[in-house]
Amino acid sequence: MEKPYLRFEQIGMSFRRGQMATEVLRHIDLDIAKGEFVSMIGHSGCGKSTLLNILGGLLQSTTGEVFLEGKVVDEPGPDRAIVFQNHSLLPWLTVYGNVAIAVDKVFGASKSKAERHDWVMHNLELVQMAQARDKRPHEVSGGMKQRVGIARALAMQPKVLLMDEPFGALDALTRAHLQDSVMEIHARLGNTVLMITHDVDEAVLLSDRVVMMTNGPAATIGEVLPITLPRPRRRLELATDLEYARCRAAVLEFLYARHRVPSRAA
Amino acid sequence: MQAATKTDPVSLAAAVPVPGATAEIVPFRAPERPANDRLKEIANKTASTLLPPLIVLGLTLVAWQLLCSEPGARLPPPTKVVTDAWDFIVDPFFDNGGIDKGAFWHISKSLGRVAIGFSLAAVCGIALGVLVGQSRWAMRGLDPIFQVLRTVPPLAWLPLSLAGFRDSNPSALFVIFITSIWPIIINTSVGVRNIPQDYRNVAAVIRLSWWEVFWKITLPATVPYIFTGLRIGVGLSWLAIVAAEMLIGGVGIGFFIWDAWNSSRISDIIVALVYIGVVGFLLDKLIATVGHFVSHGVSAQ
Repeated sequence: MEKPYLRFEQIGMSFRRGQMATEVLRHIDLDIAKGEFVSMIGHSGCGKSTLLNILGGLLQSTTGEVFLEGKVVDEPGPDRAIVFQNHSLLPWLTVYGNVAIAVDKVFGASKSKAERHDWVMHNLELVQMAQARDKRPHEVSGGMKQRVGIARALAMQPKVLLMDEPFGALDALTRAHLQDSVMEIHARLGNTVLMITHDVDEAVLLSDRVVMMTNGPAATIGEVLPITLPRPRRRLELATDLEYARCRAAVLEFLYARHRVPSRAA
Repeated sequence: MQAATKTDPVSLAAAVPVPGATAEIVPFRAPERPANDRLKEIANKTASTLLPPLIVLGLTLVAWQLLCSEPGARLPPPTKVVTDAWDFIVDPFFDNGGIDKGAFWHISKSLGRVAIGFSLAAVCGIALGVLVGQSRWAMRGLDPIFQVLRTVPPLAWLPLSLAGFRDSNPSALFVIFITSIWPIIINTSVGVRNIPQDYRNVAAVIRLSWWEVFWKITLPATVPYIFTGLRIGVGLSWLAIVAAEMLIGGVGIGFFIWDAWNSSRISDIIVALVYIGVVGFLLDKLIATVGHFVSHGVSAQ
């Protein structure tokens, strides 16, 4: 049997604070194929971000291992670039500088200066931010900041692109634009993507599979829903698509009927 | 059965139309206005910032004049200050040898001392601040000592440094150094500790080395805090130099005041106070301006 591209094997995570240990994740098993777009959805506090950070190498799991191309993941690295929820751009660098700092580090040995410059510009063009290259983060809008964050992550040519609620802080229209951009980029480059979200439409629209998490503590994967909608997907046509409606209803049913957060208003 | 109502198949968000066409970007140009209007606006703005302090200054001078005009007043009124100290005011560059020099020479000597002592304090303070901010052990060991030492008044250091250096000039420099270093250390270490985890995560993902993290993340992220410390520090060092010079003597605006007091030239003292205040104000503005440029206008939160 062929080894999966990315594999979570029996991942468990507990945080210890003094005598108290809280189990956040338990028995997470998941295989992701190359080029697949997987979303992870669940209520707040279900440990989705923890799982993403384990894959990113920013956290060490208590039990189990993550394998990427057969190798154990145990530290952060550019092969698992992260798009952070709050964009995490360095405010003293320009838009260009924020992408260049990653490109210079990752390709400093393998690419010449001119090649690196072209690569930075190429990735800024990919997210339509080339015209704002000399602006600083505080001079551009939230959506534009997140575009730069995506460009920075893509520029590292990661094996897996990790997105931690990438559009959570944006308004609905900007979010829709960025989702379209991400779909387009995914279609063009064929990246393997793991995205955390709590937006049902976003998950169904973008993903090949939606992984639904049960509620914490000791959250685990409740259900995995394959989305077989043909690509390219257009949100206007999908609005009336029956299969789309069925997938959406399935996720909603999981989140709100079977795994509702008790005593917490959504 | 709350859940049932939430599962309607087509949500609003999905139905929001998204225009696929991208608009051409046209630079926004402010409508041209007649130069007259703009001049008027600038004049208005200048007047609104300059007038209030000028009015208050004028009123203070008038009150001072009235209070000190009676015969037997202990302090001279403004008019007498100007006539008494006229030579000192109009020619800041005279040099009659010894310490009988113009204001320019006194102030520049004092500023020179501040420049040396403060630069040393800035370098050592930033280095120590980074150390204390980054290492938990350094903080535990050093922070209590810093917190005690920083409350020691500048002049209390003077006898000790005179004993150590056996010379007045390095002693004055040391007093400036020791006075201004504390806020620099403390603000720098707070800045380093407050570097957002996000920046560290970014550094970890692109695998910056320790040295690269220091240069590319820690220092730039801390710059606004460092400059807050430098601003407080430069103000303190100016306070300290004037006090220290009173004791060590020689050329310098501090001893000038002491010398004027000994020869009862009250008017000269008043003029010197104004100079000291203005110079201190300019020092503060200078550091603030440098900080603004170095941090690209990104201020500390």
